[in-house]
Amino acid sequence: MKKALLSCEQLVKSYGALQVVNALSFEIYPGECLGLIGPNGAGKTTTLKMCLGLIEPDAGRILAFDQEMPTHALSIKSHMGVVSQFDTLDPDFTCAENLQVYGRYFGLKKDYLRDKIPQLLEFAALSNKANDRPGALSGGMKRRLSLARALINDPALLLLDEPTTGLDPQARHVMWERLQELVRAGKSILLTTHFMDEAERLCDRLIVIDRGEKIAQGSPKALIAEHLERMVVEVYGVFDKERVLADLSALAQRVEQSGETLFFYANDPSALNLALSKSPQIRSFHRPSNLEDLFLKLTGRQIREGA
Amino acid sequence: MMRWWPVFLRNMLVWRKLAIPSLVGNIAEPLMWLIAFGYGIGSLVGQVEVLGQKVPYLLFLASGSICMSAMNAASFEALYSAYSRMSVQKTWDGILNAPIGLADILLAEMLWAAFKSIFSVTAILGVMVFLGVLLSPKIWLAWPILLLVGMTFSSIALIFNALAKGYDFFTYYFTLFLTPMTFMSGVFFPREQLPEWLQKGAAFLPLSQAIDLIRPLFLDRWPENALEHVLFLSLTALIAYTTALQLTKKRFQKD
Repeated sequence: MKKALLSCEQLVKSYGALQVVNALSFEIYPGECLGLIGPNGAGKTTTLKMCLGLIEPDAGRILAFDQEMPTHALSIKSHMGVVSQFDTLDPDFTCAENLQVYGRYFGLKKDYLRDKIPQLLEFAALSNKANDRPGALSGGMKRRLSLARALINDPALLLLDEPTTGLDPQARHVMWERLQELVRAGKSILLTTHFMDEAERLCDRLIVIDRGEKIAQGSPKALIAEHLERMVVEVYGVFDKERVLADLSALAQRVEQSGETLFFYANDPSALNLALSKSPQIRSFHRPSNLEDLFLKLTGRQIREGA
Repeated sequence: MMRWWPVFLRNMLVWRKLAIPSLVGNIAEPLMWLIAFGYGIGSLVGQVEVLGQKVPYLLFLASGSICMSAMNAASFEALYSAYSRMSVQKTWDGILNAPIGLADILLAEMLWAAFKSIFSVTAILGVMVFLGVLLSPKIWLAWPILLLVGMTFSSIALIFNALAKGYDFFTYYFTLFLTPMTFMSGVFFPREQLPEWLQKGAAFLPLSQAIDLIRPLFLDRWPENALEHVLFLSLTALIAYTTALQLTKKRFQKD
């Protein structure tokens, strides 16, 4: 087995009485994309900040690039690239200047930056925006500029905190393509997200955290196979919920309710579909179960207070 | 060890884009004070006695107001501008993801505010010399002292920056702290005019210490107890900077 680039052991962090991260352990290996998924307030961002040495854990140990965090935070960060949840681009600089100024924080030389900046702008599909300021960019362009900026030091490991939150579908797809390209090129990515399609598409391995604790881990496929039935039939529309439940529950392995919708989880839904076809006034939708079902099963359907 | 430098340079590059309008503002205001008060009040007051020597009010005011300008320029930059970078634009958060620590950023901000202050001060000194207000050859010594004054006040301001929840907070700092200090430090009138009990305390205000150093130099004399004053300002700067660093670190642990 390859040696981990970054490993967290038994991280604990609380703010007063609020336990944000609790005994969280994970590691990320070279060339993999690891997803940290969980609802808002699960402790994802706090975990990333601890990995960057910006927040000190109450207990636990972080080792990255064979060095201890936060003692060697600066040396560790020279191998990492970060895209934080909110853009921190310099509004007074052009795109090219943003990369230039950021490169200087890594002590990078002028000659290196002169070659590197146009490459990164091209990678981010921003070559024609080199002399525009971030204010003139769309949300997707800004995120790509943030990604380009995170790549200025050619990092081995990228930490991305919700890289596509707030982007439209086109911009998300462009971002995904770029991230997949980076993984193909051998970079490791630690990504937080609450978009399950994003996690399913990008991540080799997932860690589901809730209330600061790891509640599941594995590849997206393995997680679904382990925790869920193969198919889901969603039943909605105007119908007598109690009667449908009484009639059809036996045909599924498991039933969940959310508002006026019933979710029947079944490995073989054919009997269920047949029964439903006899009541055309009931609307239903039949699909394979996915990561979102898993996420909702593990973390619950109700909206969290304060989230 | 020079990790603060790229951060300082970043601030300078932004400023270079806006330097001319900001310089005009930085110089125009103190010069208006000087002209309005110096010539206006000066013609009523005539001469003021300083250290047993009668001097024109304009020169008296010039030596005080240059210290006030150093203080104001440094404070403004280390409050409003540093706060924008820290809290509004999140520039500091971006920098912290690079191999640069919070201590490096704060040092860069402190030195940057002092630099901006000395830049304005230099321009105002230039105008004073040009107008013939200032003739003393000892003005060269005033320059490094005013740089120290800038560092002292930017360090103090960074404490309030670390504590601020918004821009409004800084209004208090200016109106409750800096403005009274300006009146008690002898910028506009000699401290001897203050009630005796207040004089003793007022002598220990950082702005008073600065004026006690600068005013004699403007009059082509050597300041008394110069070493004590320099030590006082340096120590104030050091303590303020250390405090600001601790408070800023605490602030950044919270998020």
